[in-house]
Amino acid sequence: MIEIALKVTIALIALAVVLNVYRLIRGPDATDRVLALDTLYINAIALILLLDIQLDTRLYLESALLIAVMGFIGTVALAKYLKRGSVIE
Amino acid sequence: MSLALVVMLPFMGAVIAPQFAQAGRTAIAIASSVPSLVALMTLFPYWERLAGGNAVIQHVEWLPQIGLSLSFRLDGLALLFALLILVIGILIILYARYYLKKHENVGKFYSLLLLFQGAMLGIVLSNNLLLMLVFWELTSVVSFLLISFWNHKQDARRGARMALAITGGGGLALMAGVLLIGQIVGSYELEVVLAAGDQIRAHALYPITLALILVGAFTKSAQFPFHFWLPHAMQAPTPVSAYLHSATMVKAGIFLMARLYPALAGTEQWFYMVSFTGMITLLIGAYVAMFKHDLKGLLAHSTVSHLGLITLLFGMGTKLAAVAAVFHVVNHATFKASLFMAAGIIDHETGTRDMRRINGLWRYMPHTATLAMVAAASMAGVPLLNGFISKEMFFAEALELNLPGIWAYLPPLVATLAGIFAVAYSARFIHDVFFNGQPKNLPVFPPHEPPRYMKIPVEILVFACLAVGMFPAFSVGPLLFIAASATLGGEVPDYTLAVAHGFNLPLLMSFAAFSGGLVMYSQRQRFFDFHERFKEIDEKAVFESVVTWVGNLSERVTNKLENGSLQRYALLLFLTAFTVTLWPLTELGFSIGSNELSPVDYPSALGALVLIGAAIGTVVMHRQRLTSLILLSVVGLLVAVAFATFSAPDLALTQLSVEVVTIILLVLSLFYLPAQTPVETTAFTRWRDVGIALAAGIGMTLVTLALLTRPFSSISEFFLENSKPGGGGTNVVNVILVDFRGFDTLGEITVLAIAALGIYSMMKYTKLQAPATDRLGNPWSKDPHPTMLMQISRPLLPLALMVSVFIFLRGHNLPGGGFIAGLITAVALISQYIASGVDWSEQRVKTPYQIVVALGVAIATLTGVGSYAFGYPFLTSWFTYASLPVIGKFELATAMIFDLGVYLTVVGATLLALTSLGKLSDPSTKVSASHNEGGV
Repeated sequence: MIEIALKVTIALIALAVVLNVYRLIRGPDATDRVLALDTLYINAIALILLLDIQLDTRLYLESALLIAVMGFIGTVALAKYLKRGSVIE
Repeated sequence: MSLALVVMLPFMGAVIAPQFAQAGRTAIAIASSVPSLVALMTLFPYWERLAGGNAVIQHVEWLPQIGLSLSFRLDGLALLFALLILVIGILIILYARYYLKKHENVGKFYSLLLLFQGAMLGIVLSNNLLLMLVFWELTSVVSFLLISFWNHKQDARRGARMALAITGGGGLALMAGVLLIGQIVGSYELEVVLAAGDQIRAHALYPITLALILVGAFTKSAQFPFHFWLPHAMQAPTPVSAYLHSATMVKAGIFLMARLYPALAGTEQWFYMVSFTGMITLLIGAYVAMFKHDLKGLLAHSTVSHLGLITLLFGMGTKLAAVAAVFHVVNHATFKASLFMAAGIIDHETGTRDMRRINGLWRYMPHTATLAMVAAASMAGVPLLNGFISKEMFFAEALELNLPGIWAYLPPLVATLAGIFAVAYSARFIHDVFFNGQPKNLPVFPPHEPPRYMKIPVEILVFACLAVGMFPAFSVGPLLFIAASATLGGEVPDYTLAVAHGFNLPLLMSFAAFSGGLVMYSQRQRFFDFHERFKEIDEKAVFESVVTWVGNLSERVTNKLENGSLQRYALLLFLTAFTVTLWPLTELGFSIGSNELSPVDYPSALGALVLIGAAIGTVVMHRQRLTSLILLSVVGLLVAVAFATFSAPDLALTQLSVEVVTIILLVLSLFYLPAQTPVETTAFTRWRDVGIALAAGIGMTLVTLALLTRPFSSISEFFLENSKPGGGGTNVVNVILVDFRGFDTLGEITVLAIAALGIYSMMKYTKLQAPATDRLGNPWSKDPHPTMLMQISRPLLPLALMVSVFIFLRGHNLPGGGFIAGLITAVALISQYIASGVDWSEQRVKTPYQIVVALGVAIATLTGVGSYAFGYPFLTSWFTYASLPVIGKFELATAMIFDLGVYLTVVGATLLALTSLGKLSDPSTKVSASHNEGGV
């Protein structure tokens, strides 16, 4: 049961990734692209967690944790750049 | 180790003596002569043993792996040279006391002089050829500093540079020669090398070895065609010329020939190379000396000529000639040093060295004149003076030389001709300077005798000339005998040191030289006119133009390779890699190995497709800087996920943290850059680069494929096995970083620290104008620190720090470690800078990041040094297990302290770089609205 669920979930997340990339390339605005990147980070977390479940290991949990903790700071920096130009002031 | 002490004494003096500079010139002169006096006393007790024909060797291992040892040797030859260096050294120190003016930097002068003395003693007392080489190079460097002592004069600087280039270059040749000897003999110890003469001479590499060593000796001893540096080195203060360019440094090359005489001499190659070089030098030096109007110029060329004479004697290859050579070393040092000192006195008292202006000084300084005339007479080879005796021996040897056929006349002819020149220039020195009418508009008039003590060194040396000249057997007989026996390596031929050997052919040659020389001097105007017809080559100009040419050439080559364009570097790098790899790859036949390929799963394939797409997108969109940056982040993220998928969690963690820092860094710089990159390339270069990129990429894929599909064993097995027992941790990557390869890591964090400090110091005073609007021309938002962002980022800080501590602590056993933890902390702190601003953050983080960086490197280094305290080599790690209630059993390792150093360096360096970039914008151009501190 879990195997089928895993496969379906992975397929769905993969689809989400493709859609992210589409938005990222299409744009049209820089904000769209930043948003797409941020969503891609979220999807990467999901993919890594699913991988852990599939391989029955806990080795990659930290990678997911790190994306969660740090990924959004990249987004913040990009957003601040778009809004204010100067990121650190 | 009393011999090592003798060598070390002047070096210690070089440190201590300058402390007396404030107390006046007399005090520092006395302090500077102490090392020489103590050294002389140390050497004195050895006389008995040396007189018995034994050598004293004192040996301490230093780097036995490369054959370098602290091994010193005192035999007759070394003693003779050491006495010259020490005794003349004391006299020079006394002389310089009166020569230097009060306002000059006497501390520097005496310090350098003592350094030089130590280096010279090192050369003559070394028993290890490599050790000798070290001292040899030291004399080149110190002589450079001494010649350019008056470094405000351009001529002095140029002369010094020339001397350094020539002698330093010769030093390189000598090094090659010494290494070859070491290869042939298997040892650098002199006693082994000297005993292996036959083996060296029979070896196939003998000619090249000999040539290299002779180039070293010839450059140092100013032999043709390297002789030109010596006259230009006369820009040095006169005590330096008297010491370096008459008695010591230029004799180092002679010493080398004498020292290696048993090992290298006695072959045809030796004979032709050494004797002909000597002969040419002898003639050229003596000839040019006649036409020099500069007092020191005359002496310098005369020195070149006498050095040629000694070289010629060594080249002749007979034992008697070698004895005469050693003898002439002593004689030349005494009369030439005293002549230089006399020239210095004259320069000092008249303000010029031009012999066309200095005339008739006899009336003004009879005492100095007498001394100088005796010394000059010795230089000319007048009987009853030491120069005469060795010159007679030289004439006799020149007659003995049996060259085939008509060539047999060459050596006696050259010898007599050089003798004529020598008499002529000596006569000029005496007659022009002390007689020949009245002085002509001297800068200082009237000249008078120098201070009493300034003449004492000259008197002592002139006395030595007389003593040796009249009672040779009594005064230098024993010393010469042991020196000759050490040079020849045993047997000394029968020779008698006597004032006269009766009426024979050499005496006749002397007569010829005298009458010829005097005639030549009386007819000098004709010779001057004859000489004037030839355009004189200015060696300095030639040398400078050669140096400039070489400099320009290397600059052009460098500019071709390193033109500041990253594209160019990448192009060269990839082309080289492609070319180098192509050949072995074609040999492999582009085949895939025997290992089975792993099955493709759809998520991975999709990831790969997205990765490729994002990479291509980055390239295609590269003119839209922001878009390509976002696409680049996608690449980074997917690479991190790929690392995770293919079982490299450490890499995944590192890649993710680096990724975030990269985005912040690039966004920070994007602010100051135009949003669009202008087109700077042609379509052709772009497609060429596409081709190269494709070739390199496909090549890399093929290499990886070929490698991974073949069974191969790697070093990983070793690390996997030893990680736990050897380093105490199960995370192999981390154990390698902080333990097995800790030294590497230490180097890397040091580089990181240097780079961060470099960024900091470059950016500190740089202010850039911030763009007034965003890339679409819209005004910037007026809110620098949005409340929402602030409120969310603050609680995140402790959370992120906790993750960082967690990653740090588990690093030794599970994925993580100081580097990743450092990046997490840095990113967490940077988020506060972004959200709440620099002022807010710096109020709370009081320690400057420069200190954090320094602290990190210091902790890591001290961890390494700490292992010395327990008697282990640098960076040996230690670990144990401890257990605490609640937490349970855990590991304690010194590697963790080291990792803490890594952590601090990474935190400090990242923050220093990012905040430096953040502070770039000129505050006056910034859009500053109400400083919103938001409901804190």
